Amino acid sequence: MLVYRKENLSTLAAKVEGAFGDRLLGKEEKTLYVQFSVKAADAKSLIRFLKDSPELGFTYFIDCCGVDYLKYPRPMPERFAVVTTLLSPALGVKVQVRAFVPASGNGSAPARIDSNADLFAGANWTEREIFDLYGIEFTGHPDMRRILMPDDYEGHPLRKDYPLRGRGERGAFPVYHAIPADQAPKD
Amino acid sequence: MYSYEQEVTEQTDNVVHMNVGPSHPAMHGTLRVKMEVQGERILRADQEIGFLHTGFEKLGEHRTYNQFITLSDRLNYFSPLNNNIGFALAVEELIGLETPRRCHVIRTILSEMSRLADHSLCVGAMAMDLGAFTSILWTFVEREKLYDVFEAVTGTRLTTSYARVGGLAFDLPADFEKRVTAILDSMEKTVDKLRGSFYKNRIFLDRVEGVGVISKEDALSYGITGPMARASGVEYDLRKFKPYLIYDELDFDVPTYSEGDCLARYKVRLDEMDQSIRLVRQAMKRLEPGPISAQDQKHALPDKLSTYTDMESLIHHFKMVMPGPDHGINPPVTDLYSATESPNGELGWHLVSDGGSNPWRVRVRPPSFINYPIFGKLMEGAMLADVVAMLASFNVIAGELDR
Repeated sequence: MLVYRKENLSTLAAKVEGAFGDRLLGKEEKTLYVQFSVKAADAKSLIRFLKDSPELGFTYFIDCCGVDYLKYPRPMPERFAVVTTLLSPALGVKVQVRAFVPASGNGSAPARIDSNADLFAGANWTEREIFDLYGIEFTGHPDMRRILMPDDYEGHPLRKDYPLRGRGERGAFPVYHAIPADQAPKD
Repeated sequence: MYSYEQEVTEQTDNVVHMNVGPSHPAMHGTLRVKMEVQGERILRADQEIGFLHTGFEKLGEHRTYNQFITLSDRLNYFSPLNNNIGFALAVEELIGLETPRRCHVIRTILSEMSRLADHSLCVGAMAMDLGAFTSILWTFVEREKLYDVFEAVTGTRLTTSYARVGGLAFDLPADFEKRVTAILDSMEKTVDKLRGSFYKNRIFLDRVEGVGVISKEDALSYGITGPMARASGVEYDLRKFKPYLIYDELDFDVPTYSEGDCLARYKVRLDEMDQSIRLVRQAMKRLEPGPISAQDQKHALPDKLSTYTDMESLIHHFKMVMPGPDHGINPPVTDLYSATESPNGELGWHLVSDGGSNPWRVRVRPPSFINYPIFGKLMEGAMLADVVAMLASFNVIAGELDR
């Protein structure tokens, strides 16, 4: 039975700091996990290290989600973050890798980060969801399509500059009328 | 890459392109599957989801923490209490709020009763999908009794909205213990009846034994949790991993199987129902009178009844629910991942707070969304009739799949 082992949190923090010391933007020990903040370019190598290192063994994929920090009250390194949560069956602790992804400039290439779909099969759909809702593209992803929104949808709804009520897309969806509108009974 | 948008250009070797769903009786909820079928063998398949996308995560950024509890009902609508309680626990962890003992006990009892309701529907519907209609009638009777109790406790049957940040909406009704004890006894008999009907039933076993096998490695790599993972030999249950509420005081086992097929997933759910009955019985003995909500003027709502008679409570209530930067719960500026064991697996909440009364980001880690992708892999090479058995054993709930 997998049981949480608090003492391994410091082991994990020491191992990662030893290998990635100068490349970590931040480290925070939470109640059940350690959160490491890195730049987008370093995220994949850190996740690969966490998974493949025999002493750590973070082989259990838990979650991957996006966060938009536009106009967040505290200064953040970049606008977007892609947060990956993993669990180690060997250590009995969780780890969170928060990778900061720079926003795209004006009309230039979209925000990009390396895909982890080759390391964890579960990352495939979660990354598609982030692509769909935040517009962050994952380099090397085998199947970068929208997943929740319609395929011809424009915009990325979970971005902070996207209004809650949308941009009028709801009214613009084609409507199928069984009886043409002009022939329908008045009442 | 096979895709559902792919045009059907030519038909070779009796390959038939087949579409099932999104509105189809065998597709639980609004799922769509497109398959390339040769005879009865599926060559390739692609899944499409999103037909029930509601935007809870976007909406959550524009609602207060307590208002989000009503949205959490609609995630896994077969066990809304688990979602309510899980979200309340996550926010309480974020702000560091302690809740009273009675609140913990009630939350444990209702979580397990909700798990019983969810599992009873899943095991009933699974056998129904394979042609045994009787079992869903048995389990629906039990689920109906549970829902009557939920109605007595929370006021509604489906959208319970019972938990609050820092406590519960209201206390239990007077005859709660008597009613629950009667339900547990009949539930136990139904579980035994299901075992007797299906564990040696040749028709049922032929459809589920060795079908849809998920290996332990795949379960880890896909991030599968809950009964599906435990049927594949992954011994992971958040109630044991880091006990929350009063699970550390209670004596229960976590059933695991190593086969990883549909039958193992069916058995895990039945065994978990036994354990839930055990847990409710034990927790019921720990039910003692006391307050149900934290007495914290900054974070917890006051007792609703007292707001009608007492001026201080009314001021407190308005300070909590009015919009604006000085009102409501203002957690520290940080982020937190917190998870509880829901009937389908790990229900995680990644909360990011900007210090205001609304969350900056509410990420729901729905177990169904993470459990479902492997269905595409299992379908390839499987028989057409097995698709129904596999999907039924997943218990995918479209509400939390699409959010």
